[in-house]
Amino acid sequence: MARGSLSVQSVSKAFGVVTVLDEVSLEVRPGEFVTLLGPSGCGKTTLLRLSAGLEEVDSGRISISGIDVTGMKAHQRPVHTVFQNYALFPHLSVFENVAFGLRIKDRPEEEVRTRVARALAAVHLEGFAARTPAEISGGQGQRVALARALVLEPDILLLDEPLAALDAQLRSAMRSELVLLQRSLGTTFVMVTHDLEEAIECSSRIAVMQAGRIAQYAPPEEIFERPASTYVARLVGMENIFEGREVQEAGGRVRLDLGFTRIDEPAGRPVGATRVGLHGEHVVVKAEGDGVRGTVREARYLGETKRYEIEVGDRTVVANTPPQTPFRTGDRVSLEIAASSWVWLPE
Amino acid sequence: MTSRKLLLPALVAILVLYAVPQLMLLSLAGTGSVWGRLLDPLYASIFWRSFLMALGTTLATLLVGFPVAWALVRAVPPRFRGTFLLLVTLPLWTSVLVKLYAWVFLLRTGGLLSQLLAWFGSESPSLLYTTTAVAIGQLYVELPYMILPIYASLERIDPSLIDAAHDLGAGPLTTLRRVVIPIASPGIVAGCVLVFVPALGSVLVPDLLGGAKTAWIGTLITSQFGTARDPVFGSAIAFTLSILTLGAFLIFGRFLARAQE
Repeated sequence: MARGSLSVQSVSKAFGVVTVLDEVSLEVRPGEFVTLLGPSGCGKTTLLRLSAGLEEVDSGRISISGIDVTGMKAHQRPVHTVFQNYALFPHLSVFENVAFGLRIKDRPEEEVRTRVARALAAVHLEGFAARTPAEISGGQGQRVALARALVLEPDILLLDEPLAALDAQLRSAMRSELVLLQRSLGTTFVMVTHDLEEAIECSSRIAVMQAGRIAQYAPPEEIFERPASTYVARLVGMENIFEGREVQEAGGRVRLDLGFTRIDEPAGRPVGATRVGLHGEHVVVKAEGDGVRGTVREARYLGETKRYEIEVGDRTVVANTPPQTPFRTGDRVSLEIAASSWVWLPE
Repeated sequence: MTSRKLLLPALVAILVLYAVPQLMLLSLAGTGSVWGRLLDPLYASIFWRSFLMALGTTLATLLVGFPVAWALVRAVPPRFRGTFLLLVTLPLWTSVLVKLYAWVFLLRTGGLLSQLLAWFGSESPSLLYTTTAVAIGQLYVELPYMILPIYASLERIDPSLIDAAHDLGAGPLTTLRRVVIPIASPGIVAGCVLVFVPALGSVLVPDLLGGAKTAWIGTLITSQFGTARDPVFGSAIAFTLSILTLGAFLIFGRFLARAQE
């Protein structure tokens, strides 16, 4: 397999009696930017540390660039990590931090200088070589950590919540910089995050993790639009999740009755699924007319959108509309929902 | 910055608690011929022997103490660390005198250690009143003073720094040499100071385990104030000892500062 691929095969890991990873498998293609997304405790950081060799697997295999690295120690693996708190060496200057890995490999002084200079330039830190980690900001520290790992030209760069410690503005700037960097280098990036937006913006594929397993592994659009389970649906912020009742209509057609509307059964409907989800963005709110009718219970202006909570029978439907829609609390409205917007949720 | 902070208590103790007694010693010794007697080769050799013993004690406690402190931080789960630290400091709860008498029983002819040695076929089963006994005693008495400051500095090292070193290609020994020891160096220096200084002037260990057979600086000074009834000369030796110690550490400190750059 080509350089930069990662293959995790039914890997399990427990700390004491707590199972952190349960038979997890994951394939990453060379040059991909894959995000491990999930809440704390779902095992995403452990999966990253196992790939780095900082923890040992209990069972299963891990291959990097087609080579089985399961038995290899961290310092022998062709991957490098950007740690959450950056883990910069406090006793070394920015230059020596970046040069650390090259010095261990005993590269000639001249090569060290050129490569460190190039790495610092790539993260826009040319003038900071002589400073110590205590003398730079969080954002700069994060760039040093990036440069320190990238200077060694790893097959795969592992990033453990690299942006979590930055403030919101810096985070979004660093996010796009990270994507540009990954694209220009072509290095495989595997990043751990709990931030949905970050995962969607950065990744070519997202592995959503749930209690030590991968709940769904797909491109961002698919994760967002077609979540494979209720858990993923909640994680991607699907506001409307309804339990329905199967009804057999005249002519033998089975549909799902939600009380206020009936949904056709799709071709690939999961067996026994009676639950459906819907993003608030797919609900069109209009002045009262045909279709599903309801009453606005709550209208909230959120800048980019306006959010309505609309009472429809005994259910509440959340709609995210453009901010200029004019409805207020108490207004009678009609809802338009395209049949294709509904997502069937098996669990 | 932090390295200086960590050293501060030791420095304050040395400077403040030494400065006043030092001046008293100086005034007691006066400016007479007493200083000339120090140049006698006999005293120079006592100084040299004591210096080597203190240096050896420092190195031995460092070699034993560092791995112990490292194991405490890395191998012992946090909830058991308190207990282990207590075990390390347990000897400090008892008088040195009592502990050394215990060692007398261990080391004397027919004692536990000489029995062990005889069992292994050693020729001279009595260890008591030898330089070896003094060395063992020194190591035993000073060890906690080496472990504690090193433990304190190792405990403050963020474990992710060690992960980062491994991740960047450093094996265990390289990580120790390039990351752990440099960051822990303030604690190591503090430990060396805390061991070297008392070891250089130690009295009880050479007296009880060495049997006062060989002269060391500490016993020499004590005898000047006691049996020899020559406090003037005693003051001169004590003052010289302090100055030499200070000088040694200034040199050591500069050496260390250069090594860190």
